[in-house]
Amino acid sequence: MSRTRTERLVNLVICLLSTRRFLTAAQIAATVPGYEHDPEDPKDHEAFQRKFERDKAELRELGVPLETGTASVFDQEPGYRIAHREYALPDIILEPDEAAAVGIAARLWQHAGLAAAASSGLAKLRAAGVEVDPQATLGVEPVVTVDPAFGPLTTAARDRRAVTFSYRVPEVDDPMTRRLEPWGVVCWRGRWYVVGHDRDRDATRCFRLSRIVGNVRAAGRPGAFTPPENADLISHVVGWDSSVPHTGRATVTVRPGRAAGLRRWAVEALPGPDGDRLTVPYSDAERLASTLAGYGPDVRVDGPPEVREAVIQQLKEVVARHEGVPA
Amino acid sequence: MTPSVDRLGRLLNLVPYLLTRPGILISEVAAEFHVTEKQLNEDLELLWVCGLPGYGPGDLIDMAIDGDRVTISHDAGIDRPLRLTQDEALALVVALRMLAETPGTGTRDAIERALAKIEHAAGDLAGTPVEVRLPANAERLDRLRAAVESGHALAMTYYTAARDETTERIVDPMRVLMVGGRAYLEAWCRRAEATRLFRADRIDAFTELDEPSAPPREAVPHDVSAGVFRPTADLPLVTLRVGRHSRWITEYYPVEEIRRDGHEWIVTMRVTDLGWAQRLLLGMGRDVTVLGPPELLARIRDQATAALDQYSAPAR
Repeated sequence: MSRTRTERLVNLVICLLSTRRFLTAAQIAATVPGYEHDPEDPKDHEAFQRKFERDKAELRELGVPLETGTASVFDQEPGYRIAHREYALPDIILEPDEAAAVGIAARLWQHAGLAAAASSGLAKLRAAGVEVDPQATLGVEPVVTVDPAFGPLTTAARDRRAVTFSYRVPEVDDPMTRRLEPWGVVCWRGRWYVVGHDRDRDATRCFRLSRIVGNVRAAGRPGAFTPPENADLISHVVGWDSSVPHTGRATVTVRPGRAAGLRRWAVEALPGPDGDRLTVPYSDAERLASTLAGYGPDVRVDGPPEVREAVIQQLKEVVARHEGVPA
Repeated sequence: MTPSVDRLGRLLNLVPYLLTRPGILISEVAAEFHVTEKQLNEDLELLWVCGLPGYGPGDLIDMAIDGDRVTISHDAGIDRPLRLTQDEALALVVALRMLAETPGTGTRDAIERALAKIEHAAGDLAGTPVEVRLPANAERLDRLRAAVESGHALAMTYYTAARDETTERIVDPMRVLMVGGRAYLEAWCRRAEATRLFRADRIDAFTELDEPSAPPREAVPHDVSAGVFRPTADLPLVTLRVGRHSRWITEYYPVEEIRRDGHEWIVTMRVTDLGWAQRLLLGMGRDVTVLGPPELLARIRDQATAALDQYSAPAR
């Protein structure tokens, strides 16, 4: 942007902040340097209007709350002003430890767009007088990454606008189109999910953001739905992702010095004549069998039969599946 | 945001920034706004002539430049920064929620106070529909963080899943971080003579040594922005035929290629250790066939057969 344009825009902001009345384009042109033109000359006037439209768009892009209205009921022409109360960041006083936390938070984003938003937000806090120590650190810092669908989904949830997207679960070949009223986005165990009302299933559903293929498209008007009050979004995801308590106990014999991972998991280990006898907690016999089969001849299952049989079955299938594969 | 809007945004911030810091060094302001001093001087020159003309001197931005210092004496109405945009509020609020949920920071109280104030300043925009939960063993992380902050080297017992072994090693701690919901200790490992990310839940025990933590000059932190495990070309390449029920592995582990083959998929992936691949694949039963390398295929066959023999023969 040229210097004269930037200067004109700063002047436009000052002009519109200083007025209580709505000012028409003609009044603004008479006040703000850079808008001088001959309103009688159609070409010149049109050029002014184009310039003014561009400038308004630029201010709105920056987040300047430009109000439109008419100065009185007799005025036909629209006028403009900026309400200081809407424009200004409210007073904010941060204690040094609070300011340090904000400074650290602002640099957590790995995602370029959100990192830029965080640092421009921080710049405004500094402009409001907040002193941020750039060297401050916490003992532990999260590395915050998001999937591309994060931005569009949070916007849609905030605007209460339905979305459609393609969703691919690994077990299914083709992505399916889903229609969702998004209530919110949740980070659980480092993964991102969107929770909402699935219009096709007519039920509450969670979707993993990393499985969304392509763009998230907003569908319909904002304010199209009302999320349930005090919806505990996390609980939907946790319920979906929860693991069952490990109440089962399997007994296995492990060759000396082998299967270190299994030993960490065991609740009891007793040395025996042909190896160490471990007691391993489990919830699902098939899942435990996968782990145990992974250790091959280093581990032998002594019981219970459901685990023993599952391991034998798994190993037989591995052998069968690899018969005839040229090595 | 376009660069043109950037400068306008900077100028609108600059006036209130200077207003709250009379007599500040111009060089300090330039550093704060990430611009050169030359650029900052151009910004100040531009602002100096801004305001409403013809209404008297009080309606123009006025400032005093005294050597290398600057003071704003009239702000022409730009006395506050612009309020936060939706994206700015979202980025700050979500990052603070992440921080507040991170176990072991020891400053949760300050983070939550800051969060409340930012949410208040963001007004309507604070109703950010984003929730965060990072479950982890807070007590363990507290101890680990305290150990790192003590500045001592650590002797630790660590389980390496790739080789399925538990080893004793001495490390020079560098930092504790959370990536993808997991906590890691990043440290110089004297045994491996390299910087390593140790998963906190696999550190079975540790003790602080008397000697200081002294990572050598070549100890550089990992770039974890794309995840912790990033396969490199020197790692063994494994080719598998994968059925529907095991298709999840392509979401769980980084893979090089996925190709459809009838009702199944041909998947290639790099693994840190063939022993690890062997343990994973032996447990996948009927759903995965190893196509290569031949060494892995032979190991899978031999191990599965040997394991089965234990059940046909009398107990060993």
